[in-house]
Amino acid sequence: MISLILSTATKYLLPILIMFALFMLIRGHYEPGGGFVGGLAAAAAFALYTISNGVEKARDLFPARPSKLTLTGLVIALGSGLVSLFTNETFFKGEWLNFDFPVVGPLGTPLMFDIGVFLVVIGVTMNIVFTLAEE
Amino acid sequence: MADSLILAIILPGLVAAFLAPYLQKAAPKFSGAILTLFPLAIFTVSCFFLPSIANHEPISYSVNWFPDMGINFDFFLDGLSLTFVLLISGVGTLIVLYAWGYLYGHPKLGNFLCYLLLFMTAMLGLVIADNLILLFIFWELTSISSYLLIGFNHEQERSRYASLQALLTTGSGGLAMMAGFILLSQAGGSFLLTDLSALAGTLQAHPAYNVFLILILLGAFTKSAQFPFYYWLPNAMEAPTPVSAYLHSATMVKAGVYLLARMNPMLGGTMQWQYILMIAGGITMLLGAIIAVRHTDLKKVLAYTTISSLGILVFLIGMGTPFAMMAAMGFLVTHSLYKGTLFMVTGTIDHETGTREISKLGGLYKYMPLLGLAAIFAGLSNAGIPPFFGFIGKELIYEASLRFENDLGGFIPTVTVLTNMLIVATALIAVYKPFAGKYTGTPKQPHEGPFSLWFGPLVLGTIGLVFGVFPQFASTYLVGPAVSSIKGAPTTVKLELWHGLNLALFLSVITLGTGILVYAFRNSYSKVFTYNAFFRKIDPENLYQLALSGMLNFARFQTKIFQSGYLRNYIIWVLVMLAFLVFLALFNFGIEDFIVTLSFEDIYFYEVVLCLVVLLAAFVAITSRSVLAAIAALGIVGYGISLLFIIYGATDLAMTQLSVETLTVILFVLVIYKLPKLSYISSKMLRVRDRAIAILTGLIATFLILFTISKPMEPQVSEYFAANSYILAKGRNIVNVILVDFRALDTMGEIVVLAVASIGVYTLLKLRLSKTGKK
Repeated sequence: MISLILSTATKYLLPILIMFALFMLIRGHYEPGGGFVGGLAAAAAFALYTISNGVEKARDLFPARPSKLTLTGLVIALGSGLVSLFTNETFFKGEWLNFDFPVVGPLGTPLMFDIGVFLVVIGVTMNIVFTLAEE
Repeated sequence: MADSLILAIILPGLVAAFLAPYLQKAAPKFSGAILTLFPLAIFTVSCFFLPSIANHEPISYSVNWFPDMGINFDFFLDGLSLTFVLLISGVGTLIVLYAWGYLYGHPKLGNFLCYLLLFMTAMLGLVIADNLILLFIFWELTSISSYLLIGFNHEQERSRYASLQALLTTGSGGLAMMAGFILLSQAGGSFLLTDLSALAGTLQAHPAYNVFLILILLGAFTKSAQFPFYYWLPNAMEAPTPVSAYLHSATMVKAGVYLLARMNPMLGGTMQWQYILMIAGGITMLLGAIIAVRHTDLKKVLAYTTISSLGILVFLIGMGTPFAMMAAMGFLVTHSLYKGTLFMVTGTIDHETGTREISKLGGLYKYMPLLGLAAIFAGLSNAGIPPFFGFIGKELIYEASLRFENDLGGFIPTVTVLTNMLIVATALIAVYKPFAGKYTGTPKQPHEGPFSLWFGPLVLGTIGLVFGVFPQFASTYLVGPAVSSIKGAPTTVKLELWHGLNLALFLSVITLGTGILVYAFRNSYSKVFTYNAFFRKIDPENLYQLALSGMLNFARFQTKIFQSGYLRNYIIWVLVMLAFLVFLALFNFGIEDFIVTLSFEDIYFYEVVLCLVVLLAAFVAITSRSVLAAIAALGIVGYGISLLFIIYGATDLAMTQLSVETLTVILFVLVIYKLPKLSYISSKMLRVRDRAIAILTGLIATFLILFTISKPMEPQVSEYFAANSYILAKGRNIVNVILVDFRALDTMGEIVVLAVASIGVYTLLKLRLSKTGKK
């Protein structure tokens, strides 16, 4: 089912979609977006690539094994909750650095948590997509 | 300083348990000797507490854990606790040494010692815990660690069965007990035993008194193998003998007795308390003794006499008079000493001769004199012969039952005499039969065991003699303070070996004489008390099995219904349950003031078109014969709803819905595009059923939406989030702030669920692939 038009188009679409997903992830705290939607968008991009180029190529392109990505996401999300324990606050209290970064704005544990969610969503979806597509 | 020394009672055990497996690997020749030092240290430290406790100065120590809920690491050491601590750590020291010798060379000895020390720590924690919740935690820890110990030979099915049985019985009793504890603390307003013990009046007048009394007693009775829960204890003999020795002498089974003694100032003294304890204890002590004499396996004999002894203890605590408490505590110490010895002796016999069947044993004394000496000491104490401590214990029991005022006349003394008579017979079976008489030949040539196998029993046995000759030490430092704690007031206890020519002494002589007769005629005795079919049917063991198989059958039955393996059935259950619950909730909230006014004035044309598209797509989805078309139609439904979200301003929701919809279609296509066209959907009957469910669910959902919009919205929550999302969480997108900050823990749970679900999908698919042989 590999079509030349689709696979060529995907080559250009994939980076744009991933960038869009990251954009959604980062802006999530102030404008519509966030880790979940961003993750879904990124996963959709990779799924599109899988369909147009086949599982083998998609796996080669995919940065890590999906299960590892899921685990990393979980650890990052959990870690963001643990940060507050160092300042003697309750679990999952948001902690912020006190200066604004260009583009991103102030950095804090909520963003870290969102990144965790982002990775988990991609990992989980791609795990299912790859397994199904291989069948 | 003195208060934090309490930590020295539980910490060394934990450290030793952790070290055991490594030490066993590093220095198998010395591990036992080194590990013995830990319980010995606990014992030594505890001894320093003796003077102040004897002066009725309890010590407490507390570290915050959940202070807001009143749940902390509260420890407390008084006379009762200290007596138990000394028994547990003292006997524990000898048991660790003994276990090391008994299982020397066993490949899993390190693990065994780890479990044993863990078990000891749990028991120590249990008796010094002041907080009910802490006590419960240690209580369950003893159940779990004894599960590991009883099931140590887990290659054998009997072991697995016995350990599971012990865990289920004592564990479910423990759960009942926890419920009782919670009710008790509600009634008294505190989790602290020290607070509650001053509130006897309030607690006993509380309307829930009977409920928490019974729940707590369930915990104590299952743990201490009282009738009708005694069945697990003889089965627990599957454990290696050191475990039996420890379990029966100083620990696990005594935990229930400890709890009853501890609860006595709060719950004791009422009619209910007295009746339940005396009846259960009375049946247990007589039944245990009757069954014990019938057995020919040495360990089984001892196991049933333990049951009997526990019955005596519960019986005495139920009696509740100061004399009975004295008797209970005196007998507790006695029993720990001689039962520990006898079990270790049995283990050594088993170890050195290869059998513990009494018909094959005889004349062992000349082969193993040191062990024989220990056995004789313990046996004489067990039979209650002066000058052994057991004599004092038995005389106290007789005195207590003679002095107990009731309407039953001589009934209670008769029962205690009968029980003790049978116990004398078991002492003869356990000691006289194997050691005296002629050597009859055993599977292995008997000889004296190594140091570790006779030292422990000899020490314990000798202490029984020392305490008997010098009872002042035991009465001042062990029994006296313990009785004071149970009575809740300083009580002086004086134990004496010789207390004049009285009725109790006369009963002792009768007991001894009849006991010897029972032993002599034990073969005809066994014939009288054989199990017939009727007894087997009402045997608690049988009832346990019935309950267990009933539970498994029920599980199988409900698994068949709910976990059929067909996705459509799961969905049906979910939808029907959802409709049912929503209906129930609506019904409870009251639907009489449910008024809906529908107006079609503010509807735009494109909204109508969108709704029609969604409806049309849904219709296509259910009527289409092609799976792909149905999926595409479902996708249209999803996108249509996303558009509706956008129209009404829920951008975040719409974005998520769109992405999910896209991915769902992709996943569906990946699954289904290889499948053939649907030629056969389902039977007519099933379609009628499915339609009914669909209509029901749809109606309920519609109704719910109408109901929701008919009520004024409660704005507090949304207003709070709107007002605080930027101030508290530095975010302007409220939805995202809720997800990653206010309710981050929920989101954390959700992504964990996602991860687990993906593992599920992965394994299911891979499993199917490998089954079909493709990969």
